[in-house]
Amino acid sequence: MSTTEISRATEPFQFETASYLILIGNHTAMNLADFSMGLGNCSDASIFYHTFQSLGRHHFLTEGFSNDFAQWVLNSCNRPALAEQLASVDVRDYVSLVELRTDLRRTVDEYCKQNPNVSSQSAFEKFYFCETVEEEVPLGFEAWTLEEFHDRLKDLPHGALEFHFITSRLRLQLRSNDFSQWVKKELGLQDLARKIDQIDIYTNTLDSARAAIIQLVEKELRK
Amino acid sequence: MTSQTEVLSQVQRQTPVQPPPKPPAAHLDEYSKVLGEAEIAELRALASRLRGRSVHMVNSTLVGGGVAEILNRMVPLMQELDLSVRWDAITGGEDFFAITKAFHNALHGESYRLPDESFKTFLDYNLQNQQKLSFDADFEMIHDPQPAALIEARRANKGFWIWRCHIDLSRPNLKVWNFLEPYVNRYGGAIFSSPAFSRQLGIPQYLFYPSIDPLSEKNRELPPDFIAQTLERFQIDSRRPLITQISRFDRLKDPVGVVRAFNIVKRYIDCQLVLAGGGATDDPEGEAVLAEVKEAAGKDSDIHILDLPPWSALEINALQQASSVIVQKSLSEGFGLTVTEGLWKRKPVVASAVGGIPSQVIHKHTGMLAHSIEGTAYQIRFLLANPAIAQRLGENAHEHVREHFLITSDIRRHLTLFLHFLRSSSGNGNGS
Repeated sequence: MSTTEISRATEPFQFETASYLILIGNHTAMNLADFSMGLGNCSDASIFYHTFQSLGRHHFLTEGFSNDFAQWVLNSCNRPALAEQLASVDVRDYVSLVELRTDLRRTVDEYCKQNPNVSSQSAFEKFYFCETVEEEVPLGFEAWTLEEFHDRLKDLPHGALEFHFITSRLRLQLRSNDFSQWVKKELGLQDLARKIDQIDIYTNTLDSARAAIIQLVEKELRK
Repeated sequence: MTSQTEVLSQVQRQTPVQPPPKPPAAHLDEYSKVLGEAEIAELRALASRLRGRSVHMVNSTLVGGGVAEILNRMVPLMQELDLSVRWDAITGGEDFFAITKAFHNALHGESYRLPDESFKTFLDYNLQNQQKLSFDADFEMIHDPQPAALIEARRANKGFWIWRCHIDLSRPNLKVWNFLEPYVNRYGGAIFSSPAFSRQLGIPQYLFYPSIDPLSEKNRELPPDFIAQTLERFQIDSRRPLITQISRFDRLKDPVGVVRAFNIVKRYIDCQLVLAGGGATDDPEGEAVLAEVKEAAGKDSDIHILDLPPWSALEINALQQASSVIVQKSLSEGFGLTVTEGLWKRKPVVASAVGGIPSQVIHKHTGMLAHSIEGTAYQIRFLLANPAIAQRLGENAHEHVREHFLITSDIRRHLTLFLHFLRSSSGNGNGS
């Protein structure tokens, strides 16, 4: 514990949590044609809710669940090939909801063009486009050193982990997360920042992602 | 054919003289046992920004029914979070409650046969309550249609008014809905339990899932001895797989369909079925449905039909905990809190894709959805034959409920809504 022990940030890491209200939107889809139209017309907050936040809401699932769109196409439209394409969209590749929306809609439209008879087939269940309103709340504690950061991380609620580790990508407009940004900028730990960023949020639960971050930080502290 | 009286005599009924006293309700800190301390600390952090704010809940009854059950838990827990919470139930004569019962049925799609004067009577009682109660809270939460016209009491720029609708408005009788809608549209927002239950309104509509209390008698962990005794009492073999549906005896819950699905499963696997619920003793239709179920069950001693009194929470809990698979084969459903209970108990659930069930049962992730008797039977067979998959679904299901469908999540959503209203309107009341 030599270098990192004495490293103290100029700005502390402020732990926050976010709580979300779900707003029921006015767009619904009963078939793939409606769905494509909904993808084009719904709000950015709706795209965010059904992709980024879907990942957070289902953080305990580690296999086969990517976003609400893919799930609906699979279960209500019984279109596994399209569902797989939608599920393969990795939100970490996007820093703009406009790009994400464009790619999702293009995937659906191309599928419908190749399978013109399916776009008007009724789904088992309607898709309701929803969106969220975010309320950020400071948790009232902060970290100035890597050690303090480590200690706080252990007891962080899921809402805060989701806020700092998943949805932060859009806020930062970077393919990164709040934790990586802080350890890089404030503590100069570029390698640790990169490794935290590499943790796969699709194959980890929030708890296992937390455990992986803690393990990386502990390794750094032992240096 | 067996007569209805004979059939009912074969059904196991448990009718103690009076319900046992309820245990004291749990305090907020006790929820950290199931949620972790961090989650409770997070609730306190959210609430700290609302310290001293007042909330007024209004519904139509203080006891009985799902809304009263939720408020009975939510009000004291919110008070522990330093909010000033008051709860009133409106009053009215028998004529008022006959009208609101007819409203309730009509909003679920039935025809409305009462005369047009009933609308005036409804408004008169709302006005009486408006004069009797005080509406000076920061947040006025009015539950369900019965007190919906209390919005008339809202003064300009004072308080945030929210209409919490616990019922399914997807196919309402338009005569009743067209009467209520102008009142609803005057609120600052409406809350529904599922997107499918909502209407196109001129106000924001929020999604708040209903919730269960993990520390209540119906959901808390039970000692293995109690579970074993319960099985013994109902003559259920603890060594063979048990399939259970908990529901009142109602055709919309399709208990006969469950028996048929069970008969298919039994061709492949030696197992038992429990259909447990209430409603057969005080509801003529319930008696008829019970007779149909018994007839469908025939003389199969592996089918246990239990008509339980309303205070059987512990027994229902024990049956759910002892089950290998929990079924909810409803033809139509509200949110389906019996599904939530099964998921919370880490049980593999097979349920119909109706009402609020698909929000809870994410197919192949937190349970299995089915669309027919044959599909239900297949999914039960699959889960009984694949215990590792059943266990994984159960674990996912428990987490899904922990995140979204517990009373603490419900409180969190309320706190977030209050914060949102305050932030978006700078305290001017419903954004005006």
